[in-house]
Amino acid sequence: MIIAEGKPLVEVAGLIQEARKVLVVGCGGCVTVCLAGGEKETGILAAALRLLRQKEGNPLETVEVTLTRQCDPEYVDMLEKYVTDDVDAIVSLACGVGVQFLAERYNKWVVPALNTKFAGGTVEHGVWEERCGLCGECILYKTGGICPIIRCSKSILNGPCGGSQNGKCEVNPETPCAWQLIYDRMQALGKLDLLMEIQPPKDWSKSRDGGPRKVVREDVRLA
Amino acid sequence: MKTESKLEKLLSQGHFVVSGEIGPPKHANPEGIKKHTALLKDYVDAMNLTDNQTAIVRLSSIAAGVHVLQAGGEPIIQMTVRDRNRIALQSDLLGAYSLGMRNVLCLSGDHQSFGNHPTAKNVHDVDSLQLIKIVKDLRDQKKFACGEELKGNEPRFFIGAAANPFADPFEFRVLRLEKKINAGADFIQTQCIFDMERFERFMAMVRERGLHKKAHIIAGVMPLKSAKAARYMQQSVAGMIVPDEIVNRMEKAADPKAEGVAICVEQIKHLKTIEGVAGVHIMAVMWEEIIPTIVQEAGLYPRPDAG
Amino acid sequence: MQDFEPKIIAFCCFYCAYSAADLAGSLRLQYPANIRVIEMPCSGKTDVRVLLEAFEDGADGVYVLGCMEGDCHFLKGNFRAKRRVHQAKKILDEIGIGGERLEMYNLSAAMGPRFAEIAREFTERIRKLGPSPLNKKYASANSTKAGEQE
Ligand code: SF4
Ligand code: SF4
Repeated sequence: MIIAEGKPLVEVAGLIQEARKVLVVGCGGCVTVCLAGGEKETGILAAALRLLRQKEGNPLETVEVTLTRQCDPEYVDMLEKYVTDDVDAIVSLACGVGVQFLAERYNKWVVPALNTKFAGGTVEHGVWEERCGLCGECILYKTGGICPIIRCSKSILNGPCGGSQNGKCEVNPETPCAWQLIYDRMQALGKLDLLMEIQPPKDWSKSRDGGPRKVVREDVRLA
Repeated sequence: MKTESKLEKLLSQGHFVVSGEIGPPKHANPEGIKKHTALLKDYVDAMNLTDNQTAIVRLSSIAAGVHVLQAGGEPIIQMTVRDRNRIALQSDLLGAYSLGMRNVLCLSGDHQSFGNHPTAKNVHDVDSLQLIKIVKDLRDQKKFACGEELKGNEPRFFIGAAANPFADPFEFRVLRLEKKINAGADFIQTQCIFDMERFERFMAMVRERGLHKKAHIIAGVMPLKSAKAARYMQQSVAGMIVPDEIVNRMEKAADPKAEGVAICVEQIKHLKTIEGVAGVHIMAVMWEEIIPTIVQEAGLYPRPDAG
Repeated sequence: MQDFEPKIIAFCCFYCAYSAADLAGSLRLQYPANIRVIEMPCSGKTDVRVLLEAFEDGADGVYVLGCMEGDCHFLKGNFRAKRRVHQAKKILDEIGIGGERLEMYNLSAAMGPRFAEIAREFTERIRKLGPSPLNKKYASANSTKAGEQE
């Protein structure tokens, strides 16, 4: 899922300083699971914003709505009845995708309440880790299911570098060296010989380097 | 001979080579580089110019190489993949060759978080191994990384790579060295060696796989200036092993600098006896002036004439 | 400021504090009348939002009472409450209301006297801090100005 994290309250408040009435919009997708932008966090943010503004003597009216997903027009449409003339701004607690979908659909000042961090998973309750760099051409089959693009600090395809020691990455003694993990796994699977192949430079045009990417599936298109 | 490199010539003639290292300055004045070159050129066969070492902005290694060349030294330009993509790397290879550079050492580079611009975006478009292959393909296939043919003069570099016998996983270190040699490395410079026992084990594995016959392996050494430096290397430098014995010797020494030199000279003499070691690389960063003493005391002076 | 009577909300876990409050009552222990007790099925049920909204609705201070650590009826509810209180304190600091207006205490059902003691302690704390910045504005805009002139 996409992992996000709340921006500091004061930063969000600063983005809507001029507004008197805002829609605070949560998302029922990834950010609900990673406890950053679900219904609960939406309620907390709205309350905190109101308190802050009340303290400043400049009360704020909030309307809270949590959409099933903000990255789907079908659900984004459902916000319509709340987007009244007196709404001055929309605060989105979705990932950057949701924020943009709201901004594309509604002619209002839309601001992000979260910092969208990475594609990752829950390693324990309250701890999330990055796993995929969304490189556009997965090579996990070459590396025993461990991604060197994102988990190696230098995205090395023919690792490990000379800084790997005691299983840790030179960049951070807390971080396991991805290439030590890859080595251990390939050894356990009896496939060390695969690591002797020289991996050619990656085709980064499949990654984010060529502008926004698009996936089109003709078989499921309606029109 | 694949190239016009003086280093290659000496190595292929079977000489036990000596290389040194010069860290380019954090300003635009080349006087220090020229001074160090003048100091070292009769004592080492080639000098490495580091490429923004520890991710700190410094005068470029290629420009520094030009100053070394003009001052009569043989430069080895270091090239990391941290700051340049394949376009910039190849462009700089062409440029460096046109300026007279003949040796390049291909590296990953220290992570930017260690340097003075920790908020920089790193590149890592290719890794060090792929860079080796790129340099080789430019030279031997006359092809750019994209496969396009290079028309006109190709850059003919003597290709270096690094090996760290002290990083983990140990068993894979020799295999990775082999990978680098397969990718095109002609010579190898190792991380500084303090743990001689582990290096011996490494070299035994190297010989087992015949790698010393496929590439020239130059062993890295570093004279220690103080017990504090020894402890720092032991505790804080990733991918480095310094045995307690060496730290103790430095701590007990009445004159730590002299002891550091003595240890280094002993190491060099020992390394000379190891089959497959083709030379030593003396890393005396911020202490370049000690190199002539070490070379003399290790019995490696005068240096051979490449003719 | 002398006759400032703080409004204090105490979120009390049913299994400990709520019974302790009862006990304090039947023992006829004196504790300030400023406290409004809200019964919770578990201290772990107190959400950050609820804590914030208490301030929004006029509280000068808020505290949460949960079971002794390790004694939660639902095993970890009181630990959760502790973390949430911590989180809400941070938000209150950010807003400028001040995290010290919010606290978490642990006690057991048998601790009637402790219940009264906490109530006195906390009321005293809030009395010293004065009205919540939100209440100051609403209570008397004039007196704030007068204060500024002094
Ligand atoms: S190889 Fe690419 S797609 Fe696969 S996990 Fe890594 S970044 Fe993601
Ligand atoms: S230590 Fe491991 S994870 Fe870190 S940069 Fe080197 S190879 Fe990558």
